[in-house]
Parts: sequence; structure tokens; C-alpha cells
Amino acid sequence: MGLLDFFKKRTAPKDPFGATDRGFMVFDNTSEVIRAENIIKGNGWRVRVMGPPPEIRTGCDLVIEYPLIEHLNIIRMLGEAGLAPIKTVPVSGPLLEPVDIFFTRDFGKFLMVRAANMKITIDKTSLVVVNISGGGCPDVPFLAREMVGKTLDGAPRPCSIGHTLCGYALDLAYEEIKRQSLCLQ
Amino acid sequence: MFAVVGTVPDDHFPIVAGPVSVAGGRIVLNGHEIDINRGTAALLAAAAMVSRYMGKDGPEAFLVGDTGRGKGSRKLYAHLEETLPKRSYTSLTFHYIQPDVDWHNRVLFSVDEMAKRPVLIADAGFMYAAKMSGQAGAYDVFTPDIGELAFLADEAAPHPFYTRGFIFHENNRAPQLIERAYAHQNAARYLLVKGAEDLVADKSGILESVSEPCIEALEAIGGTGDIITGLVAGLTGNGHRVSAACLGAIHVSRMAGRMANPNPGTQVFDIIRKIPDCLEAFYGAGGRRATQL
Repeated sequence: MGLLDFFKKRTAPKDPFGATDRGFMVFDNTSEVIRAENIIKGNGWRVRVMGPPPEIRTGCDLVIEYPLIEHLNIIRMLGEAGLAPIKTVPVSGPLLEPVDIFFTRDFGKFLMVRAANMKITIDKTSLVVVNISGGGCPDVPFLAREMVGKTLDGAPRPCSIGHTLCGYALDLAYEEIKRQSLCLQ
Repeated sequence: MFAVVGTVPDDHFPIVAGPVSVAGGRIVLNGHEIDINRGTAALLAAAAMVSRYMGKDGPEAFLVGDTGRGKGSRKLYAHLEETLPKRSYTSLTFHYIQPDVDWHNRVLFSVDEMAKRPVLIADAGFMYAAKMSGQAGAYDVFTPDIGELAFLADEAAPHPFYTRGFIFHENNRAPQLIERAYAHQNAARYLLVKGAEDLVADKSGILESVSEPCIEALEAIGGTGDIITGLVAGLTGNGHRVSAACLGAIHVSRMAGRMANPNPGTQVFDIIRKIPDCLEAFYGAGGRRATQL
């Protein structure tokens, strides 16, 4: 490790939460939110995916909460990726927080994890996804079709092909079961 | 005749409306064949099996392709807004569709224009939109699982993804969640809560609970909830009273689950194919005369 790497490792994430005023970015759909989140976080900024305030909800929404002071930098970065938000708004009230509770059920040969309304089940020996259930958004049957029968490593990540909150919830469940699967091997 | 509204996971699938049949393990609709694996196709298969058992036709389906981008759903909403006022159905079931409150409200207005109001059943994405719109009371049946019941009970949550932790943790306290959902007017006339213990409830509380046979593997199998909703659609669509249809659907789906001898890796069609035998076993010949129920 070089000296520069040493200092990089100890650099605090850009703009930790709570230190600045916040805004949120609204995108056309959830898949754009997921892409934007990956780009922003990949560049070292700390942002959070949250639920929008009531006045702009349509029914299946996510927004990205970000430090307002970095507005121009983040917007420029997203613009370069061809991913400009529809609008940006200062946060004036509490935003909804996503569910962050996981339920795990061990069926012996199979392991199931639930996040919010989405469940993923794997064969503990082969790590093949055997079932996906729950949810109500139309990408759920699509995600099931694309993932069932494939290993956790071989299946596409839900956040890479999903477009809705159910897809996002399934991604959380997928990450959790993948984490737990490390203990199975 | 009764109808089902939903989506299939194919963005190229156009809006198709018409009578459904089941053949060779597939749904057949106006020349289109759809795999019965989960989602609205599973619901339609269960509903069609009820009709076949009763010697009736149906259901009709309104389907469109949508993999989650919402484009197909919005086209279908628009089609329903225009079409429904001219149709007549005994029951109308809304299923997997992109939740959109504005479009939901427009479709509900078009239902109001129908000559006779059908039994209205909402599940999946359309149930989310119905709750968020504040119009839950316009529906006869919601069919949430226990996690979705927590969402209905949380007056602030626009989607199950945002159910607040202190409510989400009450997963095993269905009576309290049901009471809270009705208190905030976020429940339909009847709730059919799907879980280890299936419940039928109304604003007075739990009316029926069924926990046998208990097949634990069913929790993991995608599409088992769609079977129950499909049975409710088929039974109400063929004249059964709503509460009796909910209870019958619970029993028949549990019997089918047991008969399939599933494990958590079983696919839902292996359960669906048991439904005809279970309808016969549960209802016998009397089930074909809906007025007796």
C-alpha cells in the first residue's frame, strides 16, 4: 500500500449525513434512481435512497437524499452519465425510510430471506435460487423468471434488472441471503 | 362473466382482452399462450379452474406486458378507463400492475359508471394503489399477506417498502394490524390475510381463521397467494357470497398445497394442477350450485 492509499483509506466519506442541509432528487422511475445511487456512491458521495414526501408520490417511488452543498458536483456527475433528475428539492420534512428489517427462515435444505414484502429462497447446498415470492409490482414475475434456477452468483442482481420498489426490496433480500450463504460454504 | 386485470412479464406483449382458457399448462387468450408460473397467469389459471368445475365460462382477462417500467401498466389503465363502463361483470379482480394513484382513481371512476357494480377484488400492486389513494373502502376484498397487512395498517406507508419498523415488527399480531387498518380506513370490506394462519376479517374483526393443513413450505413458493386470489375471483365471479368465497378459497388452496406435497423449491403450477380435485373434494356437487352457498 502506498502512502497515498494510506491517506485515501482514512478520508471520511464525502459529506457525512447530519452535517449539512439536505435535498432530494426525483427521477423518472425507480430504475433510474438505482442507477444514480450506484453512480453517486461509486464516486464516494454518501447518499440515501428514501421515500418521497406525499405531495410528489405516485405510488412506487424512490428519491435520493443528498447533501445540498454538493448539488452542483453531483448534478454534473449525473449529467455526464446521461442521468439528470427531473427535479431537485430541499428537504423540508421527514422522508420515509425504507424497511431495513430482514426475516430469515431455515427450512433445512432451503434458506429463505424476506425483506419488506419480498422473499427469496435458495437451496443451501447448490446456492441455486429456487423461488421468489411476495411483492405486487409487475417486475416481480419478471425477476422470478430471470433468477429462479440460477445460482446466487449466476443470477442477475435484482437491482440491475428490476425497476420498482419490489425489485429494490428483492435486491436487499438478495444481498442478505448472499451474505448468509457465505456461512453455508 | 367475471374479469381479471393484470400483467405478464414481457414488454412486447400488447393489450389483450378476452375469454381465458387453460390448455397444456398454459393460459390461452386470443391466440396468445402464457406460461402458468406465477403472477396474474397463476391467478387466471386458478379462476378458470373454478369456472370449469362449475361448468361455466370465464374469466375474461385484461392483460398487458410490463416488466416493471410501468409503460404497459399505464396503457392498460387507459384501456380500462375507456372500456369498463360498457362492460358487465359479476366480479372484477385487479392484480399485478404498476401502482399509480392517479390512474387507479380514474379506473375506479370508470367502475362507478358500470351499470351494475361488480364485486371488486384487489391484490398486489393494485391493492397498494387502492390503499394509497384512500379509496380502500370501495373494494370488497383485499388479499394481503401478513407483511402487506402491516403495510395496510401503517397509515403513512405508500408501499410495503416503507412500512414503519414499529408496525412491521407486529407481524405476528394480526388482530391488532387488522384493527388498525380498518381504523385508518385502509382496508376493503373483507380482508383475506394469507399466512401460516389464513384469516377472513371485516371491520368487526376476525371472522374465520384456518391453520390446517399446515404446509410450511408454501411460504417460500412464489404464486401461492395468486392461487388464493384466483379462487376468490372465480368463486365470487360464479355467484358465491364474498365471505363464503374467501373461506372456500382458503380451504381449497390449503388442500391443493397438501396434495402437491411441496418443498420450498416446488413451482406453483405443481399446486395449481391439484385444484380441480380439491374443488371437487371440498364442495362436491353442491359447489356447482352457487346459490346454495
